[in-house]
This record gives sequence, C-alpha cells and structure tokens, in this order.
Amino acid sequence: MSEIIDILLSASFWAAVIRIASPLILATMGELICERAGVLNLGIEGIMVIGAFTGWMAVYQGMPLWGGVAVAMAAGMLFGLLHSTLTVPFGLSQHVVGLGVTLFATASASFAYRLMLPEVTSPPKIDPFRPLDIPILSDLPWLGEALFSQTALTWAAFAVAGIVALMLYRTPLGLAVRAVGENPAAVEAQGLSVTGLRMGAVIVGSGLMAVGGAFLTLSAFSSFFFEMVNGRGWICVALVVFGAWKPGKALLGAILFAAFDALQIRLQQTELGVVLPYQLFLALPFILSILALILMSRRAEVPAALMVPYNKGER
Amino acid sequence: MTPGRTEAEVVLRLDGITKRFGALTANDAVSLTLRRGEVVALLGENGAGKTTLMNILFGHYVADAGEVEVFGQPLPPGNPRAALASGVGMVHQHFTLAGNLTVLDNIRLGTEGLWSRSYGGAREKVERLSRDFGLAVHPDAKVGRLSVGERQRVEILKALYRDARVLILDEPTAVLTPQESEALFATLRKATALGLSVIFISHKLHEVMAIADRCVVLRHGRVVGEVDTHATDKGALAALMVGGELSLPRAEAREPGAVLLRLEGVSTPGRGAAPGLQAVTLELRAGQITGLAGVSGNGQAALAEIVGGLALPASGRILVKDTPVTRWTPGEALARGVARIPEDRHHQGSIADFDLTENAVLEAYRTRFSQRGWMNWRAARGFAEEIISRYDVRCPGPSTRIRLLSGGNMQKLILGRAMAGGPKAVGPTIILANQPVRGLDVGAIAYVQGQLIAARDRGAAVLLISEDLDEIMGLSDVIHVMSEGRLSPAFARGTMAARDLGLWMAGQKFEDAHAA
Repeated sequence: MSEIIDILLSASFWAAVIRIASPLILATMGELICERAGVLNLGIEGIMVIGAFTGWMAVYQGMPLWGGVAVAMAAGMLFGLLHSTLTVPFGLSQHVVGLGVTLFATASASFAYRLMLPEVTSPPKIDPFRPLDIPILSDLPWLGEALFSQTALTWAAFAVAGIVALMLYRTPLGLAVRAVGENPAAVEAQGLSVTGLRMGAVIVGSGLMAVGGAFLTLSAFSSFFFEMVNGRGWICVALVVFGAWKPGKALLGAILFAAFDALQIRLQQTELGVVLPYQLFLALPFILSILALILMSRRAEVPAALMVPYNKGER
Repeated sequence: MTPGRTEAEVVLRLDGITKRFGALTANDAVSLTLRRGEVVALLGENGAGKTTLMNILFGHYVADAGEVEVFGQPLPPGNPRAALASGVGMVHQHFTLAGNLTVLDNIRLGTEGLWSRSYGGAREKVERLSRDFGLAVHPDAKVGRLSVGERQRVEILKALYRDARVLILDEPTAVLTPQESEALFATLRKATALGLSVIFISHKLHEVMAIADRCVVLRHGRVVGEVDTHATDKGALAALMVGGELSLPRAEAREPGAVLLRLEGVSTPGRGAAPGLQAVTLELRAGQITGLAGVSGNGQAALAEIVGGLALPASGRILVKDTPVTRWTPGEALARGVARIPEDRHHQGSIADFDLTENAVLEAYRTRFSQRGWMNWRAARGFAEEIISRYDVRCPGPSTRIRLLSGGNMQKLILGRAMAGGPKAVGPTIILANQPVRGLDVGAIAYVQGQLIAARDRGAAVLLISEDLDEIMGLSDVIHVMSEGRLSPAFARGTMAARDLGLWMAGQKFEDAHAA
C-alpha cells in the first residue's frame, strides 16, 4: 500500500500521466466533435495510425516537427472526408463505415511504410519534440518536474480541449454543431446546411485524431511501430461517453485513464509485479475505466440524433 | 373582417404547385394568395396535402411544378434559408427544436454568421418579442423540460426573431389545450394587427371560423373552394372538406350484456406529475361503450396501461368474465380478446419504418401468420390488403412504409388491425380506444367512431377514453369521469349535462361526494 502512495506522490508519475493523457485528449476531442454533430466516428483507431505514420514519415523526410503535425492533420482530414462523405450525404451505417475506415487507414499506413522503406529492418528514428523549458515554472520543486517539463504538443493538446469547449459553448458555430447532433430538422429549418455542418465536424475531428496519433511518433516515442496505437482510439470513443459528451469531463476522463495506465506500469516493478501475472496489470486501466464509465455515464444526455442519418425531404 | 382588406398588398403567392410522392399526388396545381395583415386558413382532411404545400413553400420539399412568390420576388425552390431571408417563418407541426438546448439557443440557432463570435442583444430581442406578442417563456429553460404549449411559443418566437412577415402555422392547436389555443389566437391577432400575415393550417372547423379571414379548402391535393369565413358556416366548410354533407355518428341506446372485464379497487403508484389510480372499480360490459372523460393527465394513461396489460396494479384485482387473472401481460390481454387503439399511434401503435404489411401483423405474427417459426408473408400481405380495402386506408400499397401515411390513414390501419382480432382472428371482445380520433379530420373521425359503434353492436365491450366531451357524450352508453386518479360513478346516457361532467372533471364533485 505504501508503495502505491509513494508512486502517487512522485513527480515523475504525474509527468508520465500528463504525457500519456496528451494523445488521448487530442483524439477524444476529435471524436467528441464528431459525435456532438451526430456522427459516430469509429475510424478513429485507423486515423490515429495514419496520423502517427504520416507525421513521422514527413519529419523523417526532412520536414520540421510542426510540419509533421500539419501533414498528419491533413492526412486525418482526408480520411475524415472519406468517412463523412459515406456517412452524411450517402447516409450509410456509421458503424460499418467507421470500422471500414479503420481497416483501410491501418492497411494504408502499412502499405506506404513498406513502399517507402522497403529494406529497413528496424524503423528509423527521428528527433522528436523536446520538453519545453519554461522559465521559473520548470524550476519549481516537484511541480516543475510534474507539470512543466512537457513538450509543446502536450501544451497544444490541453489548449485544444479549451478551444473545443469554447467553440461548442460560446460560438454560433458550436451551437449549430450541437444542434445538428440533437435535431437536424431544426438546423435545416433555420436555413443551415446539415450536410455541411456534419461533414465539417467529422473532417476537423478526424484531423485532431490524427494529431493525437502523431503525438505518439513525434513526442512520446521517436519512431513508428505498427502496433503503437494499440487500442487508444477505442479508449477515446469510451472517454467521450465517460465525459458525457462534454469536453471538460472528457479531459478529466483522459487524465484518469492515463493515471491508471501510469500506475500499472509502475506497479509491475513492485513486489506485486512478482506475485501477479503482468497481464493483469495491463488490464487494470481498462477494468477501472469500465467501472468509471458505468458510474459516470448513467445520467448523460446523449446527442439525440447520434448515429441517425438525415435525409432531406423525407417524412 | 378588416374593411378594405382586399386592397392590401399581396405578400405571398403560390402558383400551380404540384408535388408527387411516388404514385401519390400530394398537391395538384394548387394556387393561393396571402395579403398583408390577414389570416388565411388552409383547411382539409388529413392527407389533403396541406402540410406538403407548406413544406414546399418553406423549401423542405421541391415542387415538381409551380412557383412561389414572396413580396413580389420569386423564391428559389428547396432552400429554407431563402424562405427565411424573404420573411417566411414556419411553425412546424412536429416541432423542430433541440431538447437539450436552451430556449435562447434554439431561437438564435443559425441567425448569426457561423464564424462570428458574440450574440449581441439576442436575449433582449427575445424578451421584447415575448412581451409584445404575449409569448411568455423563460429564455434559459431547456426546451426538453417545457410543456407542449411552451414549445410552440418557442417555435413562434423563432420565426418572429428572424423578423418573419409571413407566419405559417401547421396544425398549431392539435397539441394544445383549449386555454392554450385561446392564448395562441390572441398572439395571432396581435401579429396581424402589426401587419404580419398568417397561414393557419387546420382541420378544426370552429378554429378556422374563429381566427381566419379567408379559408382555402383542399381535398385530395386540389383546391376545392375558397371562401370568406364570415360569409359561410361550419356545415358548408365541412361539406367542402369531405365532399358531401356529413354528420358524426351517434350511438343508439342498446341493452348491455355480461361484464367482460372488471377492475376491482385497482391502485397504482403515481409517476412524476401523473397521478396513479386510486382504488378504481370499473366494469366493461358486452355491447356497451363505456366513456371515460377527463382532462388529460388525470390517470387515464395509467388505466389504459392496466387494461392493456402494460402495467400491473399495486393493489386490487382484474377479473375477466368473473375470473380473476393471475398473469396479466400485453400478450395475455391480446389472447383474451383485448384490442387496443393506442393513444400515440406514432410511438405505441406503429413502427414508422416498417411497411403496412409488417405493421398490420404486429399483434398476430407469431400465431396467425407464421408456421413452425417461418413467417407466412403471403397471408400477411393478404391480411394487410384486406384491411386497406375494408377500412379505406389511402396508400400506394401494402409495402409502403407507414411513416409516409397521414395520421388518419395510419389510424385506419391500426383500427383495422384491432378489429380483425388479435392472435386468433375471432374479433375483439374488449376494445380499448384511447383518444381514437385525436388529430383526425372530420371524415376519418366519423369513420372511426362508426366502426366503434359497429363493434359494440356486434357485442364487444368498448372503453372509450377521450378529452372531447362531445365525443364521449355522443358515443357512450355509460360515462365515467376521471380526476386525479379517481373514478366517478357510472352515469347512464343522457342523465348528465356537460356542465355537471365538467364539475366532476374539475374534481369538485369528488370532494362533495366525499363530504356527503
């Protein structure tokens, strides 16, 4: 027990929590925008792979790090365009299209990797984002290490959460996005384009998911592995539900999940790790997340038109 | 009503509008003009094409032929934004509001540029409009928590907020109480006094007579008459609407038979604002229509659930033909010959995206229309076709999705399904008719009521739940009144005046009876 408390009090633990949370925050905000507009985007897992791959490849080919982020975002938006074209104007099943996009995107990344690096056995490394050195704050005892020695992309992730919240609740655009996920007929009756709003939300949301994926290659690690996204996309879908479709709560959920994840890595190295099989620790964050999900999402207000395609002119 | 009205400028002109849905011609060369400051009623049966016409005007549908002109300018088809910009505001029959958003958010949705940052003065404008037009509603309330009447006010405010000069109201009173309707009419009078013009879609004759200056009558998608309301009367309008003189059926007195269903001291817990039943004892006799009057939300829904098997009483007994029932579920009720015409035909009575065949066999597909686990679609389709022809369901065919039907035709299918008997095709012995004619036009009302009387004459026990006293008094052999979950004694036909029933409905007579 005292070991757990030691872990929870250490600055390096909290630094890890924030680092692990960052890609989740970016992708969760992306998914949240899509779902608020009424579109479930299950392409998220594949779009994160695409983001991780394209961002890394762009930097490996000589682009600056932020250039890599931009490339990842553009690639994600392209897959968002594919997803939204099929689900919004064509009104196809959002589940089927989402899973299809995930398979297609994952396979595309694999294909492009083999095509561009045919003779490489271990993936080449790039020079990733470095932790920012913020005057005064970074030098604070404990806090400096725990909170203020993060990369610029982490700061960006938290900024994105704030911007999404402001956009949704403080702008006419956000109102329209929320309304199109609640009652598209109301949006149409007010003279706005349901198709435009939904497609826009999916495309922008997919861009954010891809940046979340790029965080893995450009900030967390310095290279690209095929299995590196490893279900994070699905976690983000759950985090949106956990957050009751609200950016603030979803942000907290991402941090909570990251804390479980950081905890289990450290627990494996304690005496418990000798006694119990390590798979149990790997499963811990998922088990705790499911429990939290059950407790938190009971009274959530689901966007009323989520997963309901809108066909203009139909009774 | 207003002298010299004919000289007022024309604000809206529809010219030769035609619209087809598949084989159905919803509008056939319809033309209409609207002048400044006048209320024009668009009157017609369900399915006459009123809503379709207005949806074309507002740009939800694109007409196959014809033109729309607003303030002398042609309106591009299929573009609600253009309609809004030209000053046309529509209050839809099925409200277009987002329940999880506040009143203010619903109103200002789409009124600012999407990329602008602030809502300057929206609240002030909404508050001013609320005051000017007598539309009281709290701007920060979530729409999902408002009553139907309040939601309608939000819809009207939405149109006014956009500076609408032409208001289209699609069956605005279908969901309102008489008091709410009066308040709506007051709002409309204020609006026309301020120079707005109103198109009022309705099939209720007395409302049209009360509020409209002029009345355009549609039948089967065609304009069949255009009259000044002060130069006509209800009878003439009804005749235009249904294409012939028509009177509502009245049941003749008849000797009742045995008690088929008896509730003994049945109580249920209340749910939220809705009261539960309080020791209700009710007998339904063969060959008798039992009318249940009362203001909506006084326990009628709870009683209907008990009779239909959807709920079990917390205390008390249910007896079918003098035998207490031990199991009481919807399936059990159906098997014992209870037929239901549910209150909400959209949610309880039908499955919108199923076709007519599937909807027709919903209550009997496991018994009459399947063998060894396989559906007999041929028989099911034949059954649907039989209902369609016998009950005059107007539709392109049995494979039409039921959502495409008008309310009246949907109700006729449900009626046909109920009358054809549940699992065993023996015909119903007990008919639970909950608001069977709500939202229907005169023709359909007469038809549905006639069928209920015919079923009674065949020996069925009918429980008729309605908020319309005329309907209750015209059809029922005995009348009960419900108030706050209590049931009044039975009154035989003709022994009670409407005024006395009203006192029972208000709960006052219950207190008197209790005191005595």
